Amino acid sequence: MAFLKIEHLEKSFGSTRVVKDFDLEIQKGEFISLLGPSGCGKTTVLRMVAGFETPSSGAIVIDDKDVVALRPNQRNIGMVFQAYALFPNLTVGENVAFGLKIKGVGKDEREARVKEMLTMIGLPDLGNRYPFQLSGGQQQRVALARALAIQPHVLLLDEPLSALDAKIRVSLRTQIREIQRELQITTIFVTHDQEEALSISDRIVVMNGGVAEQVGAPFEIYNRPATRFVAQFVGTLNLIEADVIAPESGTVRIGTTEISLGRPLKPGRVTLACRPEAVSLGLAEGRPLVLHAEIGEVHFLGAVIRVQARAGRTQLSLDTFNRPDTPPPAAGDKVQVSISPADLLVLEA
Amino acid sequence: MGSPRFWSWAALVAGLLYFFLPLVGMFEFSLRARRGEYSFQAYTNVLSDPQFRETFMYSVVVALFTIVLGVLIVAPTAFWVRLKLPKLRPVIEFITLLPLVIPPIVIVFGYIRLYNTSSWLPLTGTAMGTNILLTFGYSVLALPYMYRAVDTGLRTIDVATLTEAAQSMGASWFTIITKLILPNILSAILSGAFLTFAIVIGEYVFAALLNRPGFGPYMVWMGGNKAYEPAALAVIAFGITWACMGVIQLATRLSKHNRVQR
Repeated sequence: MAFLKIEHLEKSFGSTRVVKDFDLEIQKGEFISLLGPSGCGKTTVLRMVAGFETPSSGAIVIDDKDVVALRPNQRNIGMVFQAYALFPNLTVGENVAFGLKIKGVGKDEREARVKEMLTMIGLPDLGNRYPFQLSGGQQQRVALARALAIQPHVLLLDEPLSALDAKIRVSLRTQIREIQRELQITTIFVTHDQEEALSISDRIVVMNGGVAEQVGAPFEIYNRPATRFVAQFVGTLNLIEADVIAPESGTVRIGTTEISLGRPLKPGRVTLACRPEAVSLGLAEGRPLVLHAEIGEVHFLGAVIRVQARAGRTQLSLDTFNRPDTPPPAAGDKVQVSISPADLLVLEA
Repeated sequence: MGSPRFWSWAALVAGLLYFFLPLVGMFEFSLRARRGEYSFQAYTNVLSDPQFRETFMYSVVVALFTIVLGVLIVAPTAFWVRLKLPKLRPVIEFITLLPLVIPPIVIVFGYIRLYNTSSWLPLTGTAMGTNILLTFGYSVLALPYMYRAVDTGLRTIDVATLTEAAQSMGASWFTIITKLILPNILSAILSGAFLTFAIVIGEYVFAALLNRPGFGPYMVWMGGNKAYEPAALAVIAFGITWACMGVIQLATRLSKHNRVQR
């Protein structure tokens, strides 16, 4: 039985439908990310769960209770905002205690809970500081503690890492995930950063144009994208045009090479896709699709080297691990690249 | 041709002279109540006049009620407009500016016509009713200053996100406004309050035409009947205004989160 159920959720602003027939079931303690480009409706869904937007139609059920008719302050939901939203006139401790005070929690219990929360986020000694005496990362941790202090049914995170610098972003997302696991709190995380979503989620909902294009575990979303949009939005993708020469057996011709994909295809031309890590430099066993290419840009990223190569009219991006005894290819080198048919995705139009 | 620095200083000095010389002249004149010597006789005369104390206290009390009424009307309105009706902001701004373009005499005659003893709400029939009418009139007169001050204060905080953050923690509208919004725009409210205070203390038209014993009519009466005391009164009025500004600064400095921010 799902802890949070969103059923046929719709939202229109005037004549514009921003969320269309959105369904989602979230288990208790699950960490779900809503991932998509700007304007895809992910924040609107989150705001409807929080109660800041009223759905045009549909239901939001939390712990067997439809909350659509409830006001935001009646839903017992913790929310963390991109802009921190700490109350500037209150100290860190007072910020964390704010929700508890409203709930009528006694002073001793409140103080104990504030202490516990500040320790949990690693800022036990900053209770007397004001928000603007803290760094962005510290402020967001306090916002997280404040949201969790009231022991909400659901934690909503609206792009909480977007305003932070790259290093803090990585460390804070790890901390968020650790805290979420420790508290086993049902969490919805909105982001447009695929790396963030892939790294911390139990499941990801990829959204586009107000609809959920695919819901699945990060591994599934990345390796078995359900639609062309998901394939192109999540990760880097190489697109290879091919002619279908035997639709029943799924045999296609790429350049002069014919390979079988082992699944039926529609006749005509087809677009195949593969991830950069599925393309190998040189020949390799089990990779019958071989293309002759010329090296373009080579980006040394440390552990990984990303190589751009051109095979005829096809632009390829391939990733190889750095090996100290093997220098990367140079721009202009003529190479062979090989791909396994199992790594090729067929993109539907 | 002199250096730009010289001309900057020259402009500053000219500006200061233009502003301060009349004040210095007025202050000097107010000290001449005794022939042939400087003294504070005019100030003593003014301060020992029971009418001064009565009218001043009356205006102070009306000013305080006006401030409370102004804050109660303006703060929630400006908050709501910012939060829920941003498209209405130009309309609200225009309405709040109307007291600057409609002469006070027009407003007060309108009031007298609407609230006279033979009207449906005969406020002018009793002293208390007229006091209430005067307070409402002053809150209208101070509207452009109070609204602008509060709106500027609201602009410095992210009203929408703070409100949503508080709502998500269970806060009611009353809690949000009193515990979060008002404390964060306190210095703006104080600015508006002291501007209101300065307007009410010196206001003549409303108080005179509604026949209330305000400080403004007293100053006019004094100007028509005495020589040195009006100058002393003017200096006292300036002193009060500057003291108000000092209090605004002090309140801003003493506000804990602002003090830390600086």
